[in-house]
Amino acid sequence: MKLEQSSLTSREILTPIVSVILALLVGAIFILIVGENPIEAYRVLFSNSLVGMDSIAATLQRATPLIFTGLAVAFAFRCGLFNIGAEGQLYVGAMAAVIVGITFSGLPKVIHLPMAVLAGMAAGGIWASVPGLLKAKLGVHEVINTIMMNFIAYFLTDYLVTGPFHGGRWTPETARILPTAELSRLLPPSRLNTGIIIAIAAIIIVYIFLWRTRLGYEIRAVGFNPTAAEYGGISISRNMIMAMVFSGALASLAGVEQILGVHGRFIQRFSPDLGFMGIAVALLGKNHPVGVFFAAVLFGALRTGAAAMDRLTDVPRELVVIIQALIIMFVAAEELTRRLMQRRRRA
Amino acid sequence: MQNILELKNITKRFPGVVANDKISLDIRAGEIHALVGENGSGKSTLMNILYGLYNADEGEIFLRGEKTKITEPRQAIDHGIGMVFQHFMLVEPLTVFENVILGSEPQKRGFIDFRGAEKEVARLSREYGLRVETGARVEDISVGQQQRLEILKALYRKADILILDEPTAVLTPQETEELFGVMRNLKEQGTTIIFITHKIREVLEISDRVSVLRRGKLVGTKNTSETDRPELAEMMVGREVLLRVEKEKAQPGEKVFSVSDLEVRDQRGTKRVKGVSLEIREGEILGIAGVEGNGQQEMVEAITGLLRADKGKITLEGKELQNLNAMQIKKKRIGYIPEDRHKRGLILDFNVADNMILGFHTEPPFVQRFFIRDERAIKENAGRLVEEYDVRPPNIQQQVSTFSGGNQQKIVAAREFSRKPKFLICSQPTRGLDIGAIEFIHKQVIDQRDKGAAILLVSAELDEILSLSDRIAVMYEGRIVGEMPVEEADEKKLGSLMLGGEARKDRGGDTVETGTE
Amino acid sequence: MVRKILSLIFVFALLFSLPMGQQAEANQLKVGVVFSIGGLGDESFNDAAFKGATQARDDFGIQLDYVEPDDIAEMEDHQRAFVEEGYDLIIAIGFLQESGLEAVARDYPDAKLAIVDSDYLADKPNVASLVFKEHEGSFLAGYLAGRMTETNTVGFVGGMEVPVIFNFQTGYEQGVEYANPDATILINYAGDFGDPGTGKELAVSQFERGADIIYHAAGGTGMGVFEAAEENDFYAIGVDSEQDGIVPGQILTSMLKRVDVAVYNIIEDLVKGEFHAGVHRFGVADGGVGLTDFPYTDHLIPDDIKQDLEVIKEMIIDGEIEVSSAHD
Repeated sequence: MKLEQSSLTSREILTPIVSVILALLVGAIFILIVGENPIEAYRVLFSNSLVGMDSIAATLQRATPLIFTGLAVAFAFRCGLFNIGAEGQLYVGAMAAVIVGITFSGLPKVIHLPMAVLAGMAAGGIWASVPGLLKAKLGVHEVINTIMMNFIAYFLTDYLVTGPFHGGRWTPETARILPTAELSRLLPPSRLNTGIIIAIAAIIIVYIFLWRTRLGYEIRAVGFNPTAAEYGGISISRNMIMAMVFSGALASLAGVEQILGVHGRFIQRFSPDLGFMGIAVALLGKNHPVGVFFAAVLFGALRTGAAAMDRLTDVPRELVVIIQALIIMFVAAEELTRRLMQRRRRA
Repeated sequence: MQNILELKNITKRFPGVVANDKISLDIRAGEIHALVGENGSGKSTLMNILYGLYNADEGEIFLRGEKTKITEPRQAIDHGIGMVFQHFMLVEPLTVFENVILGSEPQKRGFIDFRGAEKEVARLSREYGLRVETGARVEDISVGQQQRLEILKALYRKADILILDEPTAVLTPQETEELFGVMRNLKEQGTTIIFITHKIREVLEISDRVSVLRRGKLVGTKNTSETDRPELAEMMVGREVLLRVEKEKAQPGEKVFSVSDLEVRDQRGTKRVKGVSLEIREGEILGIAGVEGNGQQEMVEAITGLLRADKGKITLEGKELQNLNAMQIKKKRIGYIPEDRHKRGLILDFNVADNMILGFHTEPPFVQRFFIRDERAIKENAGRLVEEYDVRPPNIQQQVSTFSGGNQQKIVAAREFSRKPKFLICSQPTRGLDIGAIEFIHKQVIDQRDKGAAILLVSAELDEILSLSDRIAVMYEGRIVGEMPVEEADEKKLGSLMLGGEARKDRGGDTVETGTE
Repeated sequence: MVRKILSLIFVFALLFSLPMGQQAEANQLKVGVVFSIGGLGDESFNDAAFKGATQARDDFGIQLDYVEPDDIAEMEDHQRAFVEEGYDLIIAIGFLQESGLEAVARDYPDAKLAIVDSDYLADKPNVASLVFKEHEGSFLAGYLAGRMTETNTVGFVGGMEVPVIFNFQTGYEQGVEYANPDATILINYAGDFGDPGTGKELAVSQFERGADIIYHAAGGTGMGVFEAAEENDFYAIGVDSEQDGIVPGQILTSMLKRVDVAVYNIIEDLVKGEFHAGVHRFGVADGGVGLTDFPYTDHLIPDDIKQDLEVIKEMIIDGEIEVSSAHD
């Protein structure tokens, strides 16, 4: 799961593609077991997620938060850190954004919206800095800490959404954000919003940051070989903290986008594991910003098509979860796909 | 003597290279047969084929006169072939004898017969003179002991053909001597040994016959008594090799660098440097000899800002350096070839160009405003250095992990020498390199000296210390126990100081040479 | 290999771009139901809605599709998906869906939407709010309790202090008072719909203070009330669906909230072309609320009380008794 240079090698591109195809083939077996026609099921799945403007908008809308969480996980991984806390970071980011979004009235959108977005990023960044600091200064493993911070984030936001910021009538949700804090819809009535533009900008920024700046060079150096980085005068702890802060800020954007662009309010436990899906997205995208984009779109498409498949065929939605899991298994078992490719080449 | 093993026309291809090209080799029963060649010449591949780790694309193996197919190590072991790898295959938390019996556990009524096994291992250890504490855990014993354990493992499995893959690369001179003793002992008891190395001195010292490989082909097999260093070197490299470092006598200038009363603890808090004082002048090489682990590394890391000094002063041109951080030290024009290029010196996953700026990546011309890298300057820098230092292949976009050890070290050297260092630290600069690369690095070090750099050379290779240094200091248990001009030094004198000044046993047929290999 | 993969992708793409095969029959109405949390099999709200919807499907030959969301945030997704698929009516079960449906109603002014158990969206031109006159049904429960009590003390355990539950409480109070003006009514709220422990504690405390019949409107919390009734041998009254069988003989009756009726009716309206937005209230008159037929307690209730209950019911229908809700 590592990548040498700023561009993906052909093998790094092929492995995920082969993995996806294999996962779909194995998924087809499950569909046959259910007694349905896999070709029909897949056609419904993909025609409802990739064909037509509405479908594409729906797919991109679902891909948007995954781009953010995928980038977050990939970014931390470039510094050798495994951020399992994207879920918690996106919750605190979402909460900060919604508080700004409902509190400050009378501001023009050009001020209010960026304020809400930045508040979210700051909250997520600070949240992630805690495991970053613990790792850098005390050597406490970030996997443990990021997971634990998730729980703190769940219950903290649970409290805030049912306590001080409870705004729903009796549902656990906040009041609606003011229109000046909304991310505008791009293709109404689809909930695809300007968040996708921020996401694409984030992809470009992360790419430039990692491969075209001195700071990115240091982060990657620490990720690949901390002792050599130290030899080169690079501070391991400073870069680890920085990487976690940036990663947290990226993850929080997923929550910010969901709140300011999709739900318009904070709903208790609104995220369908977007943070954890980010790990899968990063893995499939080979921790590369461009790879993350395509992986997020694929996962977005699967989720979009799943609902249609569930309604229109007898294949349950959960099949898509199986396919996602299979994709990850095949990517992780890189050796397997590599051998398959070699055998075919030889044949 | 009769051939116990014959390899006929062995060919093995890997994508893009022919690692072994129609190699035919006879090994006589009971001989020590040295197999030499530069890195990448195909020695290890050939032995891996013999041991069944690789399968040859073409060719045949005759064992004791019979054609034999060996497709996996199990078969090799059954045929009495044992192999000791450069990187040991040991289970560290287990004890010595548990490691020996692993995979061939003696059984008694369905249970492992531990007591019988330990006795048997102890007997073998005595019989062959392989000193190992059979009950100790592997993680607690020295590298030399671990190697003897590997040999024991092979003998326990009734090996009568023993392949040793670069066994001396990890050993101190004393341990090497001890290994040679074991090898002679094994030979007396009738074991055939194939000894892989690229150190000619060792070939001449221990082997009966020697076969030389170059670029996958067998150059020739000689009786050791009928050949000499220059001939073997030429066979290995394919051209005449300068075996001695050619250098003028040093013209030392002003005192540039000094360390006084330095004390350093390692990361575990153990005091490793206990009051070291040194001085190096401009245009002078001070060699630090010593068995590894006597505080050299901690001293160097304290100088370069990677470890904190507890006490003492480090000065460069009169300015104090102690406890500046690594980045600040770099900026004082101090170059540093670290002892472990994989761990410290290089980021193997980065390409050449990115490695060429490590440590200088914060300085112009490599960064512009807003932390943005200047890709053109980075490429230009790498392109120039690759050419100057003859890095092969000269592809600056290629990942460094794909380069040979020698070329990797050239990349480190190129980077560290590129900023005209006033003071240069070379720690084990040629470890694991082949003759050609050693020759090149040595020339560069001398060149830096002649340009006026003060150089601190730390090496476990006495040959290297003797051939490069102008002055030599010996480090033992964190202290400098002796210092002398190179003219007054010889291997015997240094060797005795390295062991803490105790008189050493007579080393018998040991040749005293100051040449490099 | 690259070419092989590309050609595979191409084939897939071709397949997916073909027109969809499984089209609904022309003119067949399509109804989508988004269930509440808990999904099918909850033996309560969702199952009742499902019963009404399948009945309507069988009676009117509509196409019925449904989905069971895992959390609140997902509900809006499903509502939207049904709208975008061109469903003629989307029924959202449960008040948890109201803020999601609010956004959908705004984004899709032409969609026909319905929500069960919430009148929050009563002013939306495209949302039918299907609510119940819980107070009318609770009046009947209170009347029965007032007549049956031997200690002249009855109890009420509510879930959370929210308007819907206040409706249950006030109807019950009016019923008890109508039957037995001297009776004492003990009122407690658990603060939670899913806390049987607190429910039991409150019920036991009311029992100790003399209550011999306790009505609950507290969802899962009510299970604790039943447990207390079983252990201390007093009567309980269930709610929403027929809960009489949970502790047979100990649960006097249940106040039914006929979600199936509401769902069936709104689909019937659609089929007849009579769908209209606004509040649809289901009360005693249309069978939207009422008591069970005492499947386990028939022998315990004197016939005159049963007859009087029928009379009371008629009086509510006729308007002779006006039960006021908590909002009046």
